Amino acid sequence: MKKNTIFLLAILAIAAIAPAAFAAEGAAGGHNSAAVEYMALGCVVGLGLAALGGGIGMGHAISGALSAMARNPGFYQRLFPNMLIGLALIESLVIYTLVIVLILLYANPL
Amino acid sequence: MSEPLLYINIPGLEHHPHVTYTWVLMILFAALTLAVRVSMKLVPTGWQNALEALIVTLVDSMEGIIGHGGSRFLPLVGTLALFVFAGNVIGLIPGCSSPTANVNTNLAMAVIVFVVYNFVGIQKQGFVAYFKHFLGPVWWLSWLIFPIELISHIARPVTLAMRLFGNVKGEDLVIFVLVFLVPLILPMFMMAFAVFTSILQTIVFVLLTMVYLQGALAEEH
Repeated sequence: MKKNTIFLLAILAIAAIAPAAFAAEGAAGGHNSAAVEYMALGCVVGLGLAALGGGIGMGHAISGALSAMARNPGFYQRLFPNMLIGLALIESLVIYTLVIVLILLYANPL
Repeated sequence: MSEPLLYINIPGLEHHPHVTYTWVLMILFAALTLAVRVSMKLVPTGWQNALEALIVTLVDSMEGIIGHGGSRFLPLVGTLALFVFAGNVIGLIPGCSSPTANVNTNLAMAVIVFVVYNFVGIQKQGFVAYFKHFLGPVWWLSWLIFPIELISHIARPVTLAMRLFGNVKGEDLVIFVLVFLVPLILPMFMMAFAVFTSILQTIVFVLLTMVYLQGALAEEH
């Protein structure tokens, strides 16, 4: 592997085990310190990945809609509501992740 | 998050603002439609005009999506449209909270849609023919298609509820956070965006209801 790749992977590995190291010193509160810190890390990473996928998907959708509108400007009124509905449905996938994050952070079943 | 300060309170239900504001919306809509009914004119004006425009739009899209007998679902679809829109928007009024910001309200509506479309499908096509659709087009793939169809059907009410809950609750949380940044000015922009997404979520909810009804009532070959 290239040197940069190894460097990045090493940093990621340290970041992944950092919560356990801090919790061993008895840092933050919560039911189980390591679990709470891992949960926060997981929430942020999960939501970031969901936003990544959602952004790419919405970019495709709007790109297609804009090409169609530019090609045929008379169809704007017919294309715009369908584009909005498509965007709302793609956005709902990101919002499922947000709901899980809200449940983990506030209703904390663990 | 601390308890919100609400204007309208039913004693005994302070921890359940979604129930209180569902009642508020029910009384509001009953009063509005009674007032319109009492003074109905042949050429509509004002509120009568707005409600008639909404009904005509809903009936046209139902006839287009569900097909020929589609407009018999107007009570269900119209109630869902009005309640979801008003429920989303009423949370923006300071001192009121959205009933749709609570997952219980949304799950109740989604379960109603689920039960109605399955019941109507079984009523039209019969129990056996309706469940044969779960097995897919060819008999030698039904071992693969049946779990997929089952999961996608169970996912429908869950996703309906979660989509609406996530959108409305997310708007509430963003407004809550923005109030701490710049108190009176910054939430205004998010509230303007929230009106737009409330309308969009109403359209998506009603559209998906009509699509599920069409899927249950459509007869292949």
